[in-house]
Amino acid sequence: MPRPGFVLEVDRSTPPVLIWHGEGFRLERLPADRSRVVYAPEPLAPLRDPDAAIRQALVEPIGDSAPLPELLHAGMRLTIAFDDLSLPLPPMRRPDNRQRVIEAVLEMAAAAGVDDVVLIAALGLHRRMTDAELRHALGDRIFDAFAPHGALLQHDAEDPSELVMLGKTEKGEDVEVNRRVAESDLLVYVNINLVAMDGGHKSTSTGLMSYRSVRHHHNVKTLQHSRSLMDRPNSELHSSAWRIGRFLGKHVKVFQIETTLNNDAFPSQMAFLQKREWEWDVRDRATFLATSRGLDVLSPAAKRSIFHSILAPQAMTSVQAGEVEAVHASTIEALHRQQLVDVEGQSDVVIFGLPHVGPYNVNSIMNPLLVMCMSLGYFFNFYIGKPLVRPGGVVIVSHPTPWAFHPVHHPSYIDFFEEVLSATTDPLQIEKVYEERFATDEWYRHLYRTSYAYHGVHPFYMWYWGAHALEHAGATIIVGGNRKAVRRMGFKPATTLADALEMAEDQVGRDPTITYFRCPPVMLANVH
Amino acid sequence: MKALQVERSVPRFAMARIASEWKAGAGGRYGPLRLVDVPAPELPGPGWQRLLPRMSGICGSDLATVDGRSSRWFEPIVSFPFVPGHEVVADTEDGQRVVIEPVLGCEARGIKPLCPACAAGRRRHCVNLTGGHISPGLQTGYCKETGGGWSLAFVAHESQLHPVPGNLPDEAAVLVEPAACAVHAALSRLPAGVTQAGEVTAVVIGAGTLGLCVVAALSRFREDVTRVIAVAKHPHQRELATRLGATSVAEPGELRRAVRRSTGSWVLGSGQLSGGAPLVIDCVGTASSIADALAVTAPGGALVLAGMPAPANIDLTPLWQREVSLTGSYTYGPEPSAGGRHSFDLAFELAEAARLERLLSATYTLDRAAEAIEHAAAAGRRGSVKVAFDLRREKKRSFE
Repeated sequence: MPRPGFVLEVDRSTPPVLIWHGEGFRLERLPADRSRVVYAPEPLAPLRDPDAAIRQALVEPIGDSAPLPELLHAGMRLTIAFDDLSLPLPPMRRPDNRQRVIEAVLEMAAAAGVDDVVLIAALGLHRRMTDAELRHALGDRIFDAFAPHGALLQHDAEDPSELVMLGKTEKGEDVEVNRRVAESDLLVYVNINLVAMDGGHKSTSTGLMSYRSVRHHHNVKTLQHSRSLMDRPNSELHSSAWRIGRFLGKHVKVFQIETTLNNDAFPSQMAFLQKREWEWDVRDRATFLATSRGLDVLSPAAKRSIFHSILAPQAMTSVQAGEVEAVHASTIEALHRQQLVDVEGQSDVVIFGLPHVGPYNVNSIMNPLLVMCMSLGYFFNFYIGKPLVRPGGVVIVSHPTPWAFHPVHHPSYIDFFEEVLSATTDPLQIEKVYEERFATDEWYRHLYRTSYAYHGVHPFYMWYWGAHALEHAGATIIVGGNRKAVRRMGFKPATTLADALEMAEDQVGRDPTITYFRCPPVMLANVH
Repeated sequence: MKALQVERSVPRFAMARIASEWKAGAGGRYGPLRLVDVPAPELPGPGWQRLLPRMSGICGSDLATVDGRSSRWFEPIVSFPFVPGHEVVADTEDGQRVVIEPVLGCEARGIKPLCPACAAGRRRHCVNLTGGHISPGLQTGYCKETGGGWSLAFVAHESQLHPVPGNLPDEAAVLVEPAACAVHAALSRLPAGVTQAGEVTAVVIGAGTLGLCVVAALSRFREDVTRVIAVAKHPHQRELATRLGATSVAEPGELRRAVRRSTGSWVLGSGQLSGGAPLVIDCVGTASSIADALAVTAPGGALVLAGMPAPANIDLTPLWQREVSLTGSYTYGPEPSAGGRHSFDLAFELAEAARLERLLSATYTLDRAAEAIEHAAAAGRRGSVKVAFDLRREKKRSFE
């Protein structure tokens, strides 16, 4: 029986805790009697027969939806869209959930005589996936059956001939969607839900639409009023995405399939990363020491290469299919079973240790903007109720934060960092003065459409993702980061965690209360 | 009279060059510059006046001289020993504050008739820099008879004097000469047909005194320039460039990307741009700054060398392939694109409007010349812009 998540009150006998630091980790001792550590629940048992569970979900859908076989018929246009490489994290071992689900859908389509089937990677404004990444997500059989015939597409949010403007929502939000989707008799959306923000109508209204649509929910106002991003009823971003998704649903029949994973994020060789420190055995300690020493002598590129080769053993814990909102509600329940941890009250300081990978640097570099997005965007928003840190409190982030960018994946990030952040770090000012120019830059468009670059506007979203935290927290301190890069973002650099805690006292007073949110694995703090 | 003097001494120039390899500005301590007590210069001829400097700036060309790094090009058009200092605000004998226009053309040299360039007001193109009743010297501050601003007294021809408006402080007036150079560079003509849809991006490389004044001049006098990208290394330079009118500021390594963004260019292999900025003004003059400038100048565009260049090894292929116009911009004169107004008139206007006194970061007495030179040579790193000598409180400062 997996143990639930819990909060450890740190006392003098508490051993040092493991804190991620990019492509590495550190053991740090936290101040006794005023620190606590939030631990994730242990991995839930996976579905015993995921393929059978998928088939059952497809024939016994939830919400107002007919079983999938009844929606399929010869002569129809069927489009299957699926989440892109930003999920799951780290990438999971084969077979990926998407492969399992799409194979099941294709079997039913074949049985119904459907021969006009197109697969679309729902990139939204993310970079295109490489063939290897598509093969990993879909499996060789699907890739080889569809890609050579031009039936495996990647959504292009900047191709005017392949987008259709369906209209506006009641709030005036443009709904401009992928043409193939708009002209399909049925859209089957295949999702992997790693965090509570994903899934539901957000899948389609982000992954299959244009910048003109996405900008309605990805902006400073919605992000400042998404409290949190992981709590849909309290998220402005989701309210907008839901309106757009519902509007799409009036024009296109959508059959949503969502899956959840357990949080078994690291292979057995690195089991210590999942374990609570006082439960480390001799082998765990030896592995930690050997790994840490080994990493110390490697170059950043070599470390990156090793860490990005990690495939997670995480496995499917639930699958639900049918009408979008009913499916998503069920998904969130399953997700909460795995991720929710009850926490009493806020603290003066919260500590986040960032790992090597986030949604936007799979097989890439976690550049300073992604550090901002991961810490103040994702980690800060891993809450329901209220943030782990009090208003005006301090966020301490552990990450090397190199002044380094992947030139192919993140070209507009480089320009954003150089031009925009050297002028201002105020999200509203950034949005007002710079967003449109970057979003409509022809060179970025070209790179997004033909190379493997994120859309020109994407670095803006990284900054907006942290807009709520920027308003809420009094200061952000980054431990062990490139000082110049840290300062460029308006944060404070610190050499050690002890230094950072001392600096935090300037903001919150002496002997502050501290919460260390020991993530990964991913969890969600239910703060009372 | 107390003066800082540069002597023709090969060993001292050699020592300055070696010392400056180790530390920029070290030539002020080990080089050809010495604090001496010399007689005040005599009036060389009719129309000349005695002046008492109030403030005198340290220019990049002065630093190159003191550090033994000037081009040998200047050898025939200077005369030793000379007292440097051509950025000067001074008092005349009748109590007027003036800024001098240092170029020593036909009028100052007593040559008649004036050469065609001087007759047209373009003293910078004078062909008689070695003739007339004074020794060779392209400017005050490089001629042995005139003296220069780094002293308690010097002489200037009446044709060189520009009265300072009463409301302009000395701290701004001492920047009028470099500002006039900047105005002249900023008003450089654009080659026909190089602009696109009315959009003109100008790039200014370097954010020392000259670069910052060029930014200010572009902002004030060039309505056709829609965006100004300034290249600045240091935080205070970035801030000043923005305040003086730069639309955006880039660090040297960021320039190509900044120009790409501004001009909508694409990036070709090896980082080369498909387009570029129609007007690029290099206020640094090193091999790398000129190469950077060439890399971002649009096909058919203009590259203006405003900073005094050093000998440089540069790949001119882009100049050839893109038909870039490479022009020098030296000193000042009547500006055709400003209705014939003189660069100095425009510079006075700019000094007041842009509050150029904020560029004056530090002043020294003549006794502390070595410190002053070192400070000026490291101005950017030390958070400074213009360093000058303040002579207003020097003892023995009088016409007696």
